Amino acid sequence: MPSFAAIISILFDGLAYAMVLFIISVGLSITMGLMGFVNLAHGAFAMAGGYLVVSLTRSLGIPFLPALVIAAVIVGAASIPFERILYSRLYKATELDQVLLTIGLAFMSIAVCTMIYGPAPLTIRLPSILTGQLDIGVRTVPTYRAFVIVVGVVLIAVLWYTFERTNIGAKIRAAVDNRRMAQSIGINVDRLFTLTFALGSGLAALGGGLAVQTFGLTPSFAVLYLVFFLLIVSVGGLGSLKGTLVASIVLGVFDVGGKYLTPEAGGFFIYALALAILLVKPAGLYGRE
Amino acid sequence: MKKSTMATWLGGAAAGLLLATAAQAENIKIGVMLPFSGVNADLGDVQIKAIDLYMKLHGKDVAPHTVELIKRDEGPPSGANAKTVATELITRDKVNLILGVIFSPSAIAMAPVMTQAKIPFVETNAGTAWITNLSPYIVRFSFSMWHDGYAMGQYAAKDLKCKTAAMGYTDFPPGKDSTDAFKMSFEKNGGKITDSIPMGSPAQVPDMAPFFQRVKDAKPDCFYVFIPSGNHASAVVKTYGELGLRQAGIKLVGPKDVIPDSKLQPMGDAAVGTIVMSSYSNDLDNKVNKEFVKAWHDAYGKDNYPDFMSAAAWDSMHAVFQTIKKLNGKFTGEQFVDALKNWSGEGPRGPVKIDPATRDIVQNEYALEVIKKPDGKLGTKVLGTIPQVKDECKALKVGRCGEAPK
Repeated sequence: MPSFAAIISILFDGLAYAMVLFIISVGLSITMGLMGFVNLAHGAFAMAGGYLVVSLTRSLGIPFLPALVIAAVIVGAASIPFERILYSRLYKATELDQVLLTIGLAFMSIAVCTMIYGPAPLTIRLPSILTGQLDIGVRTVPTYRAFVIVVGVVLIAVLWYTFERTNIGAKIRAAVDNRRMAQSIGINVDRLFTLTFALGSGLAALGGGLAVQTFGLTPSFAVLYLVFFLLIVSVGGLGSLKGTLVASIVLGVFDVGGKYLTPEAGGFFIYALALAILLVKPAGLYGRE
Repeated sequence: MKKSTMATWLGGAAAGLLLATAAQAENIKIGVMLPFSGVNADLGDVQIKAIDLYMKLHGKDVAPHTVELIKRDEGPPSGANAKTVATELITRDKVNLILGVIFSPSAIAMAPVMTQAKIPFVETNAGTAWITNLSPYIVRFSFSMWHDGYAMGQYAAKDLKCKTAAMGYTDFPPGKDSTDAFKMSFEKNGGKITDSIPMGSPAQVPDMAPFFQRVKDAKPDCFYVFIPSGNHASAVVKTYGELGLRQAGIKLVGPKDVIPDSKLQPMGDAAVGTIVMSSYSNDLDNKVNKEFVKAWHDAYGKDNYPDFMSAAAWDSMHAVFQTIKKLNGKFTGEQFVDALKNWSGEGPRGPVKIDPATRDIVQNEYALEVIKKPDGKLGTKVLGTIPQVKDECKALKVGRCGEAPK
C-alpha cells in the first residue's frame, strides 16, 4: 500500500497532467460533438502554440505568461481561415475524407515546423518563479505543475460559466444536442461552429504551450500525442465539457498512479481502463447514446 | 603522310594515358543511412551534419578518387525499414559500403544483408553490445552501451561513493543493455541496485514525473538513467530539477545520452551537477576536437553544437577516407574491412582505434560533470579519464556478447 504522501504526489502529478490533457482535448471534443467532424490536425494547433511560445519568448523576449496568451489568440484567429476555406467544404463529406484532409494537414504542419525550427527538440525557459518546488505541508511539489493546475481550474471555471450561463453557451449546447432543430429555430450553426473551432484551437495552443515543459517540443508533436487526446474525447463522450474533464482526470491520475506503483506495467493501465469504460458505456462517460 | 601517322600515334598515346588515369580514379559510393524524418530526425541531423562537414573540408583528400554519398532514410527506431533500404542501396545503387544507423534494431536487421552481399557496414551509432558479432562486415566506430554503463557502475560505487542506486531506462534493447552493464559493475564494486524502472518507449516522451517521484521516495544515493539522447534527455533533466531530486540528495548519473552537447544549453541550470560517463564532450581538451568544434560553429552557427554522435560520425568518415587512400580506391568488401579493423587515429574523442578481434571501437571514457562556465553557458568538466576502454560485454562474454562472431 502506498504511503499517504505518495498518494498526494500521485494525485497532484496526475491532476497537473490531466489539466494539460483537458485544455488540449476540450476543443477537439466540442468540434467533434458539434459537427461530427474528425479533426486529426488538432494536435498541429497545439504544436503551433508550443512553437509560437518558443518564438515569442526566445526571439522577441516576451515573458512566458503573456506569450502563452498571445500564442493562444494567434492560433485561434489563424484557425478561422482553415475552418472557412478547408474544413467547411467537408462537413457533409464522409469520415474518411475528413480524416484524409486533417491527417494531411497534420503531416504538412510537421514538415513546415521541421523546415522553420529544425528537427531538434526545443525547450522553453521558464520564469524563475515557476521553477523549483512548493511546500504544501505533507509534500513538496513542483511549482510549475501547481501553476498548470491553477491555469486549468481557472479555465474550467470560465468554460463552465460560458457553456452553462451565457446565451452563446446555450446555443452551442443546443446545436450539439440537435443541430437541425437548433438551425430551424434560427441559430446560425455555421458561425457558431467557426467560433467554437477558433476557441478550441486557441485552447489547444495554450495547452501546447503548457505541455512543452513536460513533453518537450519536436515537429512530431502534432501526431505523437494525438492518441491521448482522441482517447480522452471518446472516453469522455463527444461534445461534453464535463465528460472531457472527468476523462482527463481519471486517465491522468491513473496513468501517473500506474507508472508510480508498477512501472513495469504502468503504460498499459490507461488503455485497459479506457477499454473497460467504453465496453460499459460505448458513447463515453457523458456522451449521448 | 608522315604527319598524319605522327598525329595518330600521338592521339593514340593520349587516349591510352587517359584510359590509364580513368582506371586509377575510382568513384566510391557510400550509402548513408540515418533517420531524416519522424520523431528521431534530430539524431540523424547531428550525424549528417558531421558527415557533410567532413565532405566539405576533406572531400578532395582521396584525389584522384572521388567519394559520392547516397543518403537514405533509415526509418523508425523499430528498424522496420532498414533491411529494405540497405538491400536497395546494395543492389540498385551499387554502393561500396554503408555508413550509418542510429538505432540498434536497424543494425540488427541489416547484418545478414551485409554478410550476404559482402559489403562493409561502418556503424556510426547503434550501441547494443553484441551487434558487431552479427556480421564480419560490421565495424563499429561509436560505442557499445557497455563503454559508458560498465565504467559508470564502477565510478558511481568507487568515486561517487554511492551505496545504493535506482535505474531508469527507456524500454528498448539498448536501455536494457546499458542498465545491465551498470548493474554488473556497480554490484561488483559493492553497490546495491534498489529499483529498475522501464520508462516508456523511444518513440514518445512520457511524463517522467511518476518515475522520478518513485525514485525520490525510495531515496537511493544514485539514479542511473538511460534514454535516447533527444527529447527524452531534456525531459529527464527537467523533471530531475522540477521534482527536486538533487535537494533530496540523489545524484543523477548516466551515459552520455543524458546530456548530449547538442541539447545541453536549453536544459538550463537543472543540468548542472549531472555526472555522466562519456566518450566525448565539446570541452575535451585536444587539438582535433578544438578544430572540429570550431569548424562546426563556422558551418552551422554559434548556437549549434556537435555531440558524441557527431564525433563518432566524424571519426567514421575519417577512417573510411584513410582506408580508401590506403587501398588506393580499389578494394573488395573483405579487403576494406581487413584494413579498417586495424585502423587507429586521433579524433575529437581523443585517441581511438578499432579492436581487430571484435571490430568494435576502443576509446577513452571520461567522467564528466556538467558545470556552468564563466560565460554563463553550460559545459562539462573532466573528473577522471579511463584510457582506451574496450567493450566489456564482449570481454566478459556476457549473454549474447559471448557468442562467437558469425
